[in-house]
Amino acid sequence: MKKNLKLQINGTWKEFSIEPGTLLLDLLRTAGYQGVKDGCREGECGACTVHIDGRPINSCTLFALQADGRSITTIEGLGNPDHPHPIQEAFVETGAVQCGFCIPGKIMSVKALLDRNPDPDEHQIREALSGNLCRCTGYVKQIEAVKLAARRIREKKGDHHE
Amino acid sequence: MSKTRLVGKSVPKIDGITLSCGMPKFVEDMPLKNPLCARILPSPYAHAVIEDIDTSDAEKLPGVLAVLTHKNVPRIVHTTAGQGYPEPSPYDTFILDRKVRFVGDRVAVVAAETPEIADEALSLIRVRYRELPSVLDPWKAMDPGAPVIHDEPEAYHPISAKYDPQRNLAAEVKAVAGDLAAGEKEADFLVEGTYHAHYAQHCPIETHICAGELDHNNRLVLYTSTQVPFHARRITAQALGIPLKRIRVIKPRIGGGFGAKQEVLLEDLTALLVLTTRRPVVLKLSRQEEFLSSRTRHQMFTTMKIGAKKDGSLTLMDMKVLSNTGAYGSHALTVMSNAGSKVLPLYRCSNIGFHGKTVYTNLPVGGAYRGYGATQSYFAQECLIDEMAEKLGMDPVDFRLQNHIRTGETSPIFKALGEGREGNEMYIQSCGIIECINLGAQEIGWREKRMSVREGRFRRGVGMCSLMQGSSIPDIDMGSVYIKINDDGSFNMNLGATDLGTGSDTIFAQMAAEILGVESEDIIVYSSDTDMTPFDVGAYASSTTYLSGQAVIKSAEAVRAQIFSVACEIWGVTSTEGMELREHCVNLSGKDPILLSKIACHSLYAHNQHQIAGNESHITKVSPPPFSAHFAEVEVDTLTGAVRVLKYVAAIDCGTAINPRLAEGQTEGAVANGISYAMWEQYVFNDKGRMLNPSFNHYHIMRTCDMPEIKTILVPTYEPTGPFGAKSVSEISINGGLPVLANAIYHAAGIRLKEGPFTPDRVLAALKKKGNG
Repeated sequence: MKKNLKLQINGTWKEFSIEPGTLLLDLLRTAGYQGVKDGCREGECGACTVHIDGRPINSCTLFALQADGRSITTIEGLGNPDHPHPIQEAFVETGAVQCGFCIPGKIMSVKALLDRNPDPDEHQIREALSGNLCRCTGYVKQIEAVKLAARRIREKKGDHHE
Repeated sequence: MSKTRLVGKSVPKIDGITLSCGMPKFVEDMPLKNPLCARILPSPYAHAVIEDIDTSDAEKLPGVLAVLTHKNVPRIVHTTAGQGYPEPSPYDTFILDRKVRFVGDRVAVVAAETPEIADEALSLIRVRYRELPSVLDPWKAMDPGAPVIHDEPEAYHPISAKYDPQRNLAAEVKAVAGDLAAGEKEADFLVEGTYHAHYAQHCPIETHICAGELDHNNRLVLYTSTQVPFHARRITAQALGIPLKRIRVIKPRIGGGFGAKQEVLLEDLTALLVLTTRRPVVLKLSRQEEFLSSRTRHQMFTTMKIGAKKDGSLTLMDMKVLSNTGAYGSHALTVMSNAGSKVLPLYRCSNIGFHGKTVYTNLPVGGAYRGYGATQSYFAQECLIDEMAEKLGMDPVDFRLQNHIRTGETSPIFKALGEGREGNEMYIQSCGIIECINLGAQEIGWREKRMSVREGRFRRGVGMCSLMQGSSIPDIDMGSVYIKINDDGSFNMNLGATDLGTGSDTIFAQMAAEILGVESEDIIVYSSDTDMTPFDVGAYASSTTYLSGQAVIKSAEAVRAQIFSVACEIWGVTSTEGMELREHCVNLSGKDPILLSKIACHSLYAHNQHQIAGNESHITKVSPPPFSAHFAEVEVDTLTGAVRVLKYVAAIDCGTAINPRLAEGQTEGAVANGISYAMWEQYVFNDKGRMLNPSFNHYHIMRTCDMPEIKTILVPTYEPTGPFGAKSVSEISINGGLPVLANAIYHAAGIRLKEGPFTPDRVLAALKKKGNG
């Protein structure tokens, strides 16, 4: 028995008819949000991180129906190569991207961190990213990327106030 | 070296922004039309014969399109090791067999409309197994009367190598230089020990995945997460017994490999399912399957004896290796050989011995894993070097500085030990190990910290180790590159070299742009596709930068020569002498520069029309080692046994760093993996050979909250045989974790750990033993 649900994805309301057991991860990927990556399906690697109402969550740990009526943000909602988000730019500039498979999920965790704490210290960055595994980089440049992005976003906001 | 414009500059990775924006670039993102989902039935037994397999119920299930077992697939013996041809690995594998040889071995595969139907179909397959006695201890694998794991008559070694499957011997190699008995006699001091490098998995965040479809010409197209697209094509054709020309292998972006994807694991099944169903098929391993059924680091026991005189000179280095390849002999010979060939030459010594055996067991299968045997045996060598330094009353730093191989020197092991055959003689032409040691020691605060007081509950200590690796396999590896000009003065560069996230596409663009007088974004890089790109062995053996880089240079130079010829035509001159490419122009003193776009359009549309293009290949006679020194500071909690890594320093000589940021990234990633392996990662087996912890929940890999401070120091040297002076950088730094942390723990707490990971229980047991001893 299929079930209907509505999700606001990256600002647009969409309707779906799905099997009740469908994971949010699979719904999003099938619907074309392929920046949401499937790395373990057990809530451990963080590659499928998206925001639900602004909070980061592993989309493999949720049935899609549990998100009914909520607002979802995926990596595609942050920016694109022509208009990237400052976090996306900072990751590239610092060399924080190697294979890139963990990166969309990680950037979503960074976005959630910087939304609630625009000036995180090293410890807070490490804590916020501890759910996003990366096997390529050793995390050194990813932490540098977060600091760079945070600074740029703060500076930009500062400009607006002036 | 002349000044370079782009080489040596940290150009952003050319695929970085699209990856950061989550654009569809990986195998699972390929737009296949209505693909089937494939699932594999794993063996629950370590060793069993399949007496009967009944798939009738599974086949009847609506939505199931194919069920394959050993009964209905070709039976052609091959190896899954993605190496040069003929592979230096035993042919001991069938697509599906009547026998299973480890828990997780594949029994059957189904393709169905949905994952749920595929899973249900697996549950409907009825298998009657006859369990066989199994071999779970590599030390007992060759005992008389031990169960024979590869009793099939087809198994053989495709190269002339010692192979005796009746005794579970997958490979054996002996090499001696000098006189071992004399070396032992000459020694004033001897140290000896056995060090155990344990099972581990590569853990790419993207698991193995292959997708396939038939194209408009009825050819088989495989999109696969591979480090070796050309080997994947060849081995798939071989395993299925179909013409190679019917297969096209495309490597999109790869979500990490680390050696796990130097293996042709899923391509055969995917290809068969596509041919059987004539539908697109996706076969992806779950995280659990990745642990149980893909490939691992070869478990290895390295026993080593080192002799030295009172003056600190080495008289003997004798290494014996027992390697466990698990149920199949993938990379069995070469990983074991590398344990000697990439490790023993690090120090000057006239009497060097190596004797390695690789045995079959009914445990998960070993394979290529970054470091490739060197990781395993450096544990023994670098801990024993520390033990010897202690016996001599020397500082480990000074002892190493005295004995290291230097520029202009050679080691008899280079010639004595190759990859499945004799090696190549080689004299070191670039070596920054001394600078690495000195800078690393300074960064960690070596001299002060070695003298520090270590007492109380929390004890801090520092340790070090030295390392080398190689840069590609001499006389075997080949890389080839095609470059052509476009109307606007940009260039396509198509190459088989396989960027698996390392950034090789970017550094090759830098190299080509350097020569062609353009920016790296003017080079459109495409890798790798067996229909569209020239051959390359693929991404392994630390070969990509060093080997394929030279092919990039040669191709770019060939293109430059053709550009100059067209410039001659336009300028009406006969000699190209003095011509230069810079700022998108051909320049010659006294003439107005000609834009490359004008050269391109002239050659494509105006006069004597032709395509300016170059396609060159490169092989090497030598495998120049990068060198590195690693230092670590740890804190041991003597009450709980917990070890904290406080700081880790890796100083590395990779020749010229083509892109310093990416070279640092390679080093940091390898260091992190090495620390993670030494501290947390392990396979826990039950007494039936089943791994009990196949998930990230129970198999801990380093997270941001576990990280020590990691400091990378690039020590530039210039390797004359490398592209712009470059050597390899990718593998070497994974080798440090085990020995450097073991040495630091010894310094902190006086306990010598010879088996990883260095978990609290092991540390406590060692402390207890020491206290009682």
